Amino acid sequence: MSASAIFLQLLQNVLVLLAAPLLLGWINQCRAWLQNRNGAGMLQPYRNLLKLFHKDAVLAHNASQLFRTTPYILFACMWLAAALVPVLATDLPLSPAVDVIALVGIFALARVFISLAAMDIGTAFGSLGARREMLVGFLAEPALLMVLFTASTISQSTSLITIVETLAHKQFVLYPSMTFAAVAFVMVLLAENARVPVDNPSTHLELTMIHEAMVLEYSARHLALVEWASALKLLAYMAIGIALFIPYGIAEAGNWNALPAAIALLTFKLLLAGAGLAFIETISAKMRIFRVPEFMGTAFLLAVLGLLTHFLLET
Amino acid sequence: MGIPITGQIINMCAALLLLIAFAMLSQRRILSLINLFSLQGLILAISTSVVAYSSQQQHLYYSAALTLLLKAIVLPMILHRLIRKLNIKWDVETMFNIPTIMLVGLALVVFAFNLAAPISQMAATITRSTLGIAMASVLLSFLMMITRSKAVPQVVGFLAMENGLFFAATSATYGMPMVVELGIALDVLVGMFILGIFFFQIRTAFDSLDLKHMEKLKEE
Repeated sequence: MSASAIFLQLLQNVLVLLAAPLLLGWINQCRAWLQNRNGAGMLQPYRNLLKLFHKDAVLAHNASQLFRTTPYILFACMWLAAALVPVLATDLPLSPAVDVIALVGIFALARVFISLAAMDIGTAFGSLGARREMLVGFLAEPALLMVLFTASTISQSTSLITIVETLAHKQFVLYPSMTFAAVAFVMVLLAENARVPVDNPSTHLELTMIHEAMVLEYSARHLALVEWASALKLLAYMAIGIALFIPYGIAEAGNWNALPAAIALLTFKLLLAGAGLAFIETISAKMRIFRVPEFMGTAFLLAVLGLLTHFLLET
Repeated sequence: MGIPITGQIINMCAALLLLIAFAMLSQRRILSLINLFSLQGLILAISTSVVAYSSQQQHLYYSAALTLLLKAIVLPMILHRLIRKLNIKWDVETMFNIPTIMLVGLALVVFAFNLAAPISQMAATITRSTLGIAMASVLLSFLMMITRSKAVPQVVGFLAMENGLFFAATSATYGMPMVVELGIALDVLVGMFILGIFFFQIRTAFDSLDLKHMEKLKEE
């Protein structure tokens, strides 16, 4: 392991940490534009975080240690996940340790902790949010795994590095199976990140909220960490999507000259993905909670179809 | 992978056709159903012309043009007119549980892929691997006709099934003879007109386009 690889890994760690709120700000700004509003500016998430970090934390009397530590665990999980996905270069020192199944595992770990913390206080909203989160999570996870398995069967490996290298550096081939996987992945992304058709990130309406209901009891620095973790999760999901479906332009192993171009291209892709997400959120209405299983079932079905078409058309 | 670029485009079109078949199966609104049907015709025309280009079969160009004209433009227009006249544009159909239907559809796809595997091994065309998808879309359209209770979605299912058959023909044997294709196209068009008249008859007789009412027409 060379020093440059370690530097690259550190660079990506810092970059994702700083870029996550910016991405969220960009999405909110796009939504505002699409809804004919001026918006709060792309830097608003940073201001929110700064404000929250300066406040004094309030904890419920019966909050246990679990409730206090969960924001840190959540933040660490999401930071790790976002830092692991190879989007800048393919030879990150940490990445070989993590394949796609472990990545899904990291998300699952975070989900378990946030749900437990939500139920820890014992308020009605917390438990309600936790239950809904688990419902969405257990439906979204198999679909996500199937999407990742489709990419794995193409590249014969579950390591994200190998997948990206296979898809980006080989001769360009149209993969019909990846079309299905891409549609399924977008649906999973919407559900997992509490975006509009499944959940609305900007509402506190009791009957509809999922993610917000769980973090209702958090304040100040805890809330800041939770929000930052959500932004990181969104970035991680978008990075996975970019790595799987549009990995072109990633820097080769040890190729430093390609790095600036890779960063510029990644920024462009993220901006495009963010605008696309804002567009989806603007044109679709939030669905009833009992329609969510149908939505996620469709995502799972599409992912399985992708796997099937791979065996039919591409072998 | 040794598939040429034309083959890749055809495979992509096939995958999109399968996707549309599933979208139709899960669609509740009649208007979106017709738009999907139009899109299906468009993709069918694209894939047929790519097959024509890659196999140098002149008559397939005519088939593609015919498909584009009839299935992507004329039939959807007739259907749009029909639903406007029948005033069922925003009709939301109540069906039984969509996820269940989707799972049945998935089983059908596996069945069709298995069924097509030995046949496509015998074919020598560039498109042979898409035969499974063609059969799957035929079966899925069939499933759609079974699970719908209203008349218009059933007709769309019937037309989609014809699309699937056409796709199967191009993928297995580079299409049927021109005479047969023209005959089928004419049949579909005339059938559409007759069914359109039927819609009005059914509605005047039963005050609804729900075909469950026709079960009453039994001989005692």
